Amino acid sequence: MPELLIELFSEEIPARMQPGAARDLERMVRDRLTQAELTFDAIHAFAGSRRLTLVVDGLARLQEARVEERKGPRVTAPPAAIEGFLRSTGLTREALVERDGIYFATLSRGGRETATIIPEIVEGLVRSFPWPKSMVWGDGRLRWVRPLHRIICLFDGGVVPLVIEGIRGGDVTEGHRAMGSRQPFSVKDFADYRRALEENCVVLETQARKDRILDGAHALCAAQGLEMVEDIGLLEEVAGMVEWPVPLLGRMDSAFLELPGEVVRTSMRTHQRYFAVRRAGEAGLAPFFIVVANIDAADGGALVSAGAARVLSARLSDARFFWQEDRKAPLESRLEGLKGVVFHAKLGSMHERVRRIEALTARLAPLLGADTVLAGEAARLAKTDLATAMVGEFPELQGIMGAYYAAAEGHDPAVVDAVRDQYKPQGPSDGLPRGPVSLCVALADKLDTLVGFFEAGERPTGSGDRFALRRTALGIIRILLDAGVSAPLRPLIAYAGVGVAASVVGSVADSRLNSLNYRQLVAAFADPAAEFAAAGQLEQMFRSVGERQPADAMAFWRGIDDVTWIEEVFGFIVERLKVLLREQGVAHDVCEAAFALGDDDLVRTVARVHALRGFLDLEDGANLLAGYRRARSILDAETKKGPLPTGGPEAVLGAPAEELRLIEAVISTTPQVTAALATADFASALTSLAALRTPVDDFFVAVLVNSLNPAERDNRLRLLTSVCSLMERVADFSLIMG
Amino acid sequence: MTVSPARSFQDLILRLHAFWSERGCVILQPYDVEVGAGTLHPATVLRALGPKPWRAAYVQPSRRPSDGRYGDNPNRLRQFHQYQVILKPNPPDMQALYLESLEAVGIDPTLHDIRFVEDDWENPTVGAWGLGWEVWCDGMEVSQYTYFQQVGGLDVSPVAGEITYGLERLALYVQGVDNVYDLAFNDPDSPAFQTYGDVFLENEREFSSFELEVADVDVLRSHFRDMEATVPKLLAETGRKGRTLVLPAYDHVLKASHLFNLLDARGAISVAERQGYISRIRELCKACALAWVAAEGANS
Repeated sequence: MPELLIELFSEEIPARMQPGAARDLERMVRDRLTQAELTFDAIHAFAGSRRLTLVVDGLARLQEARVEERKGPRVTAPPAAIEGFLRSTGLTREALVERDGIYFATLSRGGRETATIIPEIVEGLVRSFPWPKSMVWGDGRLRWVRPLHRIICLFDGGVVPLVIEGIRGGDVTEGHRAMGSRQPFSVKDFADYRRALEENCVVLETQARKDRILDGAHALCAAQGLEMVEDIGLLEEVAGMVEWPVPLLGRMDSAFLELPGEVVRTSMRTHQRYFAVRRAGEAGLAPFFIVVANIDAADGGALVSAGAARVLSARLSDARFFWQEDRKAPLESRLEGLKGVVFHAKLGSMHERVRRIEALTARLAPLLGADTVLAGEAARLAKTDLATAMVGEFPELQGIMGAYYAAAEGHDPAVVDAVRDQYKPQGPSDGLPRGPVSLCVALADKLDTLVGFFEAGERPTGSGDRFALRRTALGIIRILLDAGVSAPLRPLIAYAGVGVAASVVGSVADSRLNSLNYRQLVAAFADPAAEFAAAGQLEQMFRSVGERQPADAMAFWRGIDDVTWIEEVFGFIVERLKVLLREQGVAHDVCEAAFALGDDDLVRTVARVHALRGFLDLEDGANLLAGYRRARSILDAETKKGPLPTGGPEAVLGAPAEELRLIEAVISTTPQVTAALATADFASALTSLAALRTPVDDFFVAVLVNSLNPAERDNRLRLLTSVCSLMERVADFSLIMG
Repeated sequence: MTVSPARSFQDLILRLHAFWSERGCVILQPYDVEVGAGTLHPATVLRALGPKPWRAAYVQPSRRPSDGRYGDNPNRLRQFHQYQVILKPNPPDMQALYLESLEAVGIDPTLHDIRFVEDDWENPTVGAWGLGWEVWCDGMEVSQYTYFQQVGGLDVSPVAGEITYGLERLALYVQGVDNVYDLAFNDPDSPAFQTYGDVFLENEREFSSFELEVADVDVLRSHFRDMEATVPKLLAETGRKGRTLVLPAYDHVLKASHLFNLLDARGAISVAERQGYISRIRELCKACALAWVAAEGANS
């Protein structure tokens, strides 16, 4: 079957863009072929440092022909409508068919030769390719990631003629810059293309390049009793930077191994794209590295690896200088320097952020069972490494360097751990910090981040989340659940919000207002005995501060004294928790039924979800739910007629036995449910409710709710209300789907 | 085809001059106003704009006062040299030309690993950006290669290609030396042989002291204000042939920019002020770019 081969040959494509480019190319061609009603067997795309390639197997030579009839206006329609229809179909009035007073047009479409459609497809995709960043070059107007030089367009053994901004489609490409023939060459089809590239020192497939790198590196290492430190991200990047990967083992001065391993590895990785190496079976690094050259040099790579070692040595000398200089001043002395580091234009400096996190840890430590003094110390030190030279050079070592420096200063191991792990978890698969002090600091960091960005108006949108707030919210949830922090979340959000607000006061206030620093503000609010009870309390406090603000701060206060932001942050966290639970297989309606109670204690809510889920899987649960639904639908129908009777049901003498038994069951179950809920034992609460199942079923069999006697009817409605209310104290069963 | 490596710092420069001269470039002298980067030479920043073809190559001493290390650091200098090439419009084979130029100074592409690593260039103080790469030779960055997309906030059309060779780094590589001050400056067989240190070490020492410690901050600030105030005045003036006085105005932008760098090196610019200074210089530069384009457009 015919084959289509396209190659877009350009100057070096950034490695990070290649995987996306291959996917986009495949998707765009697939969509366009489908749209053009061209059938094919298979489609594959490849990306490398100088080319995007696509091959379609079994592509039809002809578009499928189709005849379709299109309905037009009525024969009696105004002339303008009929003319419009003629224009849109390209037919004359004589060619239309009339049936039942309506015009119909017979249109034949398709049947075009594929070779005539391909140029449109290629031109369309070249002109609309979604590069993250693109450019123009020379005199032209075409945009591509870097200058585009050649296009191969071969279909069914022949060149498909096309010209895009002066670039003529053909059958010619180029191989490696410095190896092979170093001349352009022509190809016949995909098999020939792949073979010719290989001959000219270009490995087409990314996976094949990766395999060569890994196989070569492993062989080099094994010969010396070494092993390469795996780094999937780096492998992906390097495979995008070379056409002909040749791994080489380089040697470095072992004196550099006195540096923290993370520093050596990060320097190799970010500056040089080298892989680190260790002795087989050992944890620390060995004085070697793997560099992947893009050339099989005549001298076996001696010059390349010597050059690479020299550059690395200069880099590590810099790192050693930072390591020595950074330890000359204690971490705590760097706090002052954080005043000059902007965290976010609306959220003050990093110094203010540290103060907020420290205040938050004081509040959180008792909840997590953490030592308040150690948590405060860790919070104060947590960001100081941002002012060190090493983190200035390698931002990704934040936290890690702080931990090294804190350990060198003899801080408590719990503090060292907390400094290192404050940013955890960085993603769904990242582990949590360990130990109460670490959890406390990590939680404070995330609460301040989430609340702060919400207050600054930087909440995520459908497509964008540039401050990774979803990840932050998930971190909060995982920490609270992991540490079993059973506490209301709204006050914690409010508390973090007060801290953020106070920072902003500090940054706009005059000296008179500076005396009202955030500590006092927070202290005024932070009476641990008085949990945040009402929105009004916070509002009032904001007002009292607001009255003392200069005019420019008032706008901020007007924005913030509306406490709906607490609900927004809370709602955002709850949404992430629901997503997490659904990923764990909890049904949507079960989640909603448990969350509908508005409980802001996440540990309790999750326990509720799991208990409810277990209960509904039982026969008693399913049957009680049926009874509940029946009761609820009667009550809902009655509500439409008028207000329901209030008060509890009465055990009236002479009432049917089933009615009396249900009243008895409600009365005896209520205290059990109350007691179970008080200890958040939802499974017990639901087990108690299960006792209602038989009385409810019997009641509906034997008793007519809508009795002609109004007193009887009212009492029965009261009884059903009490059954539903009792159940709804555990979950909103009305939200559970049938 | 293998060319012997350039033996001295000046041999490197002379070979690049010969190479780019043969490819139709105007060989210019360094601009005689202090600049922080070779790009700021009017032969690049202004000539990149407007419709006229332009090819030039020159050495530009670049001054970065904050990088002063009193001559103690073997790799870091407060004044280093960039070899700058500008080709407008960029020829289709510009990458190949660049690789040939490396061969011309003695880097054999079959023995060395030369690669183009994504690096999008941006100079906020002149409102300029472009896409391109840093070029690595065996892991060492030896050049910056950029297709200018905008300068002074204006589209560069046709596109100008810019190559910046870090001459000291390239020389270290070609000569196989680790300390910049040990580089041979002229022919090692010369009866008056000089190392890079013989020529520049004292400069580094004296200027590091001046720029990091001695320069009078109040004087620098007042000079900055004078330069800043002069630019709009010059842009309001026209010469005898009716063209705006863009080139003198641009000189004053460069001086303001260097004064900013000096203030920065003296630690006299707070974090809060920094952005303000940068955007003031950018506005001045943008005004010059606009005036240049208007004048060039009128003349073409």
